[in-house]
Amino acid sequence: MAVEQKDRRKERLDRGIKVRSDGVYAIASWAEISYLVAPRLIFILGLLAAPILLTPVPYWQKVLSIICIYSLLAISFDFLANYVGLVSLGGGFYIGVGAYVAALLNMKLGAPIFITIPAATVVGAAICTVFFLPCLPLRGVYFAIVSLMFPLLAARVIEALDIFGGTDGIVGVDGFSSVWMEQYLLIIAVLLSVFFLRRMITEDVGLVFSGVKDNDQAVKASGINITRYKALGIFIASSLGCFGGAVLSHIYMWAGISQFALDFSIIPIAATVVGGGGTLIGPVIGCLILVPISELLRDFGTLRIAVYAIILTMFIVYKSEGIMVFASRKYEQFERWVSI
Amino acid sequence: MSDEPLLIVDNISKTFGGVAALSMVSLQVNRGDIVGVIGPNGSGKTTLVNAISGFVKPDRGKVVFNGHDITGWHPHKIADIGLTRTFQVMRPYYSLPAFKNLIIPLFSPRAKRTGGWRGGGKMGSRDTVALDILEEIGFERDSYVPYKMASSLPTGYLKRLELARCLALRPELIICDEVFSGLSMSEMASMLPLIEKLQMEGISLIMVEHRLRELFRLANRVIVLNFGCKIAEGFSSEVMELREVKEAYFGSEDEVLEYV
Repeated sequence: MAVEQKDRRKERLDRGIKVRSDGVYAIASWAEISYLVAPRLIFILGLLAAPILLTPVPYWQKVLSIICIYSLLAISFDFLANYVGLVSLGGGFYIGVGAYVAALLNMKLGAPIFITIPAATVVGAAICTVFFLPCLPLRGVYFAIVSLMFPLLAARVIEALDIFGGTDGIVGVDGFSSVWMEQYLLIIAVLLSVFFLRRMITEDVGLVFSGVKDNDQAVKASGINITRYKALGIFIASSLGCFGGAVLSHIYMWAGISQFALDFSIIPIAATVVGGGGTLIGPVIGCLILVPISELLRDFGTLRIAVYAIILTMFIVYKSEGIMVFASRKYEQFERWVSI
Repeated sequence: MSDEPLLIVDNISKTFGGVAALSMVSLQVNRGDIVGVIGPNGSGKTTLVNAISGFVKPDRGKVVFNGHDITGWHPHKIADIGLTRTFQVMRPYYSLPAFKNLIIPLFSPRAKRTGGWRGGGKMGSRDTVALDILEEIGFERDSYVPYKMASSLPTGYLKRLELARCLALRPELIICDEVFSGLSMSEMASMLPLIEKLQMEGISLIMVEHRLRELFRLANRVIVLNFGCKIAEGFSSEVMELREVKEAYFGSEDEVLEYV
């Protein structure tokens, strides 16, 4: 048996329909059009239909909102890590800053939700970018460590100085008028950010981003300020996180230091590993799997971290490429054994 | 303005720990010149390139380019005013097709200002401009070569790609760090006219080289480095006759006699 296996190898070839639907000629037949559109449509319509399907179970509707917030963070992590080359563990910081900015705008200035959320997205992202600016020359694991410090530091500073309501947080923030608005706001935000980021990485500016990741010396030698592009990357990523944070503070009607929690930094990474890094859709799929699991395991208390760790380890050992990469390979290519 | 040298390097020094990689090196490049920099291994040639192009900050001395004192500037700012360099170890974006490699320099502020290459820029998409530049530098436009992944290109094309990355910025001065090393004779032979063409287009060059014969065909002047010091400067043919240079390359006669 061992000898037999030695004489053959696995060959991967593109499926005929994949090749036929590569160019503009895909519009020649319905088969090819549906081959291209079907998976995307399942993803989009599935997400859009989810709140309606979950109406009988309001608890899971809430979970869906949390899934979407984690998805936004996971998308931003995936974008930063795989297209800008910054492994950022600052997810908790983005959420916290967004939540506090939205809550302060709402409580101190009396701004309504449709102003606080966009304002918190932009102002929060600007605040995050300014804080991350000194760390941008760092790379790899060093940047990761420093970015992990920010959410911890912010929580301690608020606690110690007793600002913004201290440990009690800011209570009494306006809630959403209906659960539908909350759900669809988040779902549309997830869909739009996936769409825009997937478009952007293939544009010229996306190539500059990936140049900064692969080969920053050559980008510098090309007369491009890499710090500016890293800052732009952080701004885009943190605006997704701050949007999530702002929505979160309106869902809970409260902003507090637990919104700087490490969960917001760690779960997006786990979701990206499970879903497949570099695909931008994979992280969303990862969140759709991991967050419900973590909800189901809520009864087990801290034991769920152990279950989490086991799932993550299994994925890293057995399917390190992630679900999305694996699935799209199966969708686009077939495998066969050839003797050598 | 045009009488002034394009680049003045004034007594720059750089030490790494206790090693003096460069000590008091000066040189001048006039407009349209090709200046060669030669020297044995470890003589500080690449450090000189790094110090001029901003990748290494010199400890002492001054670098003046086109009237700007660029000592200690960031590399991207130096590239932005028209001084570009190639890397000795080629640094293409391996995951991109060859022509997409040029999108990044074409996206830089300088390329936007100078309008890309020959009326391109805003007039055409960057892909078209990139293909134009690659054709200029010897990638056959109608072949599949410009569309191949940079990771699958042979050394000769990668060296050209490095040059093309510089040309995309429409520089005034290019510092070539060993463009001929690792090339076959025929690849080199096709590279020589390219460099001559660049000179005719008014681009000045500093060429750091180990391939002396090819360099001497191109360079107006040659500077010889040894242990971080400039030991000779002059016309190509004369420099190699100097005693110090021969000693640097082949060892001194006295030393040899000692061993005998």
